[in-house]
Amino acid sequence: MIRSVFPTFLLVLVATFLSSCGPGSGDNKRDTATQKGILLFGNEAEPPSLDAHLITTIPGFRVVNALTEGLIAYHKSDDNIPEPGVAEKWTHSDNQYWTFHLRKNARWSNGDILTAHDFIYSFERALSPQLGARYAEMLFLIKNAEAFNKGELSNFSEVGVKAINDHTLTIELIGPIPYFLNLLKHPTWYPVHPSTIEKYGGMTKPDSNWTREEYVGNGPFILEEWTINKIISVRPNPMYWDSKTVRLNGIDFFPINDISTEDKIFNSGGLHYQNTIPSDLIPGYKKANDPYLRMEPWMASYYYQVNTEEPHLQDKRVRQALSLAINRRAIVKRIMKGDQAIALSVTPSGIAGYTPPQTESFNPKKARQLLAEAGYPNGTGFPKTNLVYNTSDQHKAVAESIQQMWYNILGIEVSIRNLEWKTFISARENKDYEIARSGWIGDYVYPDTFLTLWQSGNGNNTTGWSNPRYDQLINDSLVEANSERRLELLAEAEKILMDELPLIPLFYYNRIYRIDPTVKNWFPKISDSRNYKYIYLEAEGSN
Amino acid sequence: MIRLAPGGPFSDERKIAEHILEQQKEYYGYNDPIITQYFRTLGQHITLDLPPLTSHPGLTAADIITESFPTSLELGLYSIIIALLIGIPAGVLAAAKKNSWLDHIPMSLSMVGICMPTFVIGPLLAIVFGIWLNWTSVSGWEYPRDKALPSLTLGLFYAAYVARLTRGSMLEVINSDFIRTARAKGVSEVRTILVHALRGGIMPVISFLGPTLAGLVTGSFVVESIFQIPGIGRHFILAAVNRDHSLILSTVLLYAALIMLANLLVDILQVALDPKLRQQ
Repeated sequence: MIRSVFPTFLLVLVATFLSSCGPGSGDNKRDTATQKGILLFGNEAEPPSLDAHLITTIPGFRVVNALTEGLIAYHKSDDNIPEPGVAEKWTHSDNQYWTFHLRKNARWSNGDILTAHDFIYSFERALSPQLGARYAEMLFLIKNAEAFNKGELSNFSEVGVKAINDHTLTIELIGPIPYFLNLLKHPTWYPVHPSTIEKYGGMTKPDSNWTREEYVGNGPFILEEWTINKIISVRPNPMYWDSKTVRLNGIDFFPINDISTEDKIFNSGGLHYQNTIPSDLIPGYKKANDPYLRMEPWMASYYYQVNTEEPHLQDKRVRQALSLAINRRAIVKRIMKGDQAIALSVTPSGIAGYTPPQTESFNPKKARQLLAEAGYPNGTGFPKTNLVYNTSDQHKAVAESIQQMWYNILGIEVSIRNLEWKTFISARENKDYEIARSGWIGDYVYPDTFLTLWQSGNGNNTTGWSNPRYDQLINDSLVEANSERRLELLAEAEKILMDELPLIPLFYYNRIYRIDPTVKNWFPKISDSRNYKYIYLEAEGSN
Repeated sequence: MIRLAPGGPFSDERKIAEHILEQQKEYYGYNDPIITQYFRTLGQHITLDLPPLTSHPGLTAADIITESFPTSLELGLYSIIIALLIGIPAGVLAAAKKNSWLDHIPMSLSMVGICMPTFVIGPLLAIVFGIWLNWTSVSGWEYPRDKALPSLTLGLFYAAYVARLTRGSMLEVINSDFIRTARAKGVSEVRTILVHALRGGIMPVISFLGPTLAGLVTGSFVVESIFQIPGIGRHFILAAVNRDHSLILSTVLLYAALIMLANLLVDILQVALDPKLRQQ
């Protein structure tokens, strides 16, 4: 009897000891954090950098948005509204010559006044070729910026930015850009604190350590702790010009790579915001009417790109046949399961009033007919084709499903192969593929973020496809002053793209995440970027 | 060898502009002839003047190891203690009571333990003890309630091996002449098993512990990912994924050094315990 009772007794003893060790005994971390006003944020992965000019990953963008503020900030609910940030007001002439009036009370977190000269310094840094900022091209809309970045121009004073005085900044663009204010929300446009940058090796040092040792920012929050693979904690910045609006007492960003682990942590009450949900769990949460679940449109596309240099894929009728033979609805319903919208264009609809022209949807009969016209009736003689994707269960399921559809409808055999991420990127860059999975998340809220990619010579266009008319339309759109006409030019270009199909759109990604109802002022946003100063936590039943 | 893998530290979904790529390659020394790079890297690791990392700008591998190794070391030590505390008694008991329920039950459980990988045990323990019972945390590495499940997950997995190894070698020793002599002399059964037999029976476990210890203290990618632990195990994998050549090299060198150290300790311990080895 004693023998059988002893292990149980021991277990209870250990459990009691463990439960009493550490915070959150009895209740969970989320409740405690809600009371303290700390937002617990699942942030996907460890950001390699928190330098506004050097970050390249979404987890990095999220943290930098809390620590730094640009001329224009993210609006709390509407991506099309420019929210005044450091710039209090602005004027423009023909959408090309812009003047920004900076707030006189804008300060750095160390108390220094933030001036227009700091912005000039920051633009020079972001564009300096030695720094190697990967997103420097976001600034190429400034007159002479591209030449400076490519080393063709060495005198920065010839670049179209000027500090008229401490609080007035002018920017001259290469042409009229009506959506310029939207672009300014991108971190490459954010300021960095000049004397801190100089202290840690100067403006051109690509691996300066200032972000880890002495983060001086100008955003609503300051960096309190950054431990690799563990946590990035930010706390309110008392020097922020609008600090009275900031309601959170902090945000703890957790770099959780494993999405199943993130799901468990959320379920155990360790997070307010769960960034990603394993797709096999989505139907269950939907069925159970999970109160935390959110599924919202996002500015991101999933597509297959085709190597048009392969002889049998050069004929556009073959590419059209491949597209027409895909039942996108089935893929979204049976594999993705997250209410994604099927994609018949590369640009998601609803961006800045743009309606993208669409390619034809699922039509097996026409698909077979086009393939026959191209010389492969019932798939006869069609060379064995390879489809590659980066390793992921979801990509695999989509690829297998499309492989089956092409075999059943067109009679063609396609082998599928998964590649490790960097090997996959390398295969795409070297055009060592025939058909490859691909996707794109818009950098800013305007359709050309999806369309400039496919111009000849763009490094991201690894399909080998090139169309002079397409290139011309995109170039014309970039200098078109009339907003409506600009969208028409883009639509005309996308119509060519959707007819020639160097890429086969499949669906638009949704943002599928879970969030605790105590998080307030969190709105669906197509950019999925927040202005954290408006977000706050309110426990159920409290006032 | 790591340079032969396709892709490089600067390749990503968004293609980096050619002139920026050149700049980055120049800065991190990728434009030099491969033989120059090899000897430079060798020199840097000998003098411990490590180069900047491409996956964590501003840091070197030394920074990463200093920050994450103590966590993995702690996790590894807890796991090995759990493995020995559970594995050795289970093995001894099973050998002493061969073919009884005290043998069958622990050995069946240990077979299940060996067959169940940590990525199955870990989430199972997390769901039961962390979510349903709310006795422990399911993530982090700060308080005892954070550390219980990861240590148990790794510990149980190795306990299974230790138990089977102990049982096997104990059975061999129990049937040997000197044990029969001890019994004949009237030494109590408990003393025979725990003092005379265990000393010889534990030798294979000690040999097994060498590389296991090195592996455990350099972190387990799976357990660190499941429980969101900021240890070094994740850097092993992510360094390779990111093609951060400097970090790959440094972590592998650390692992190699620990393997050698652990094997040396094992040899010393074996000599101390085994009179036959001492005579040689």
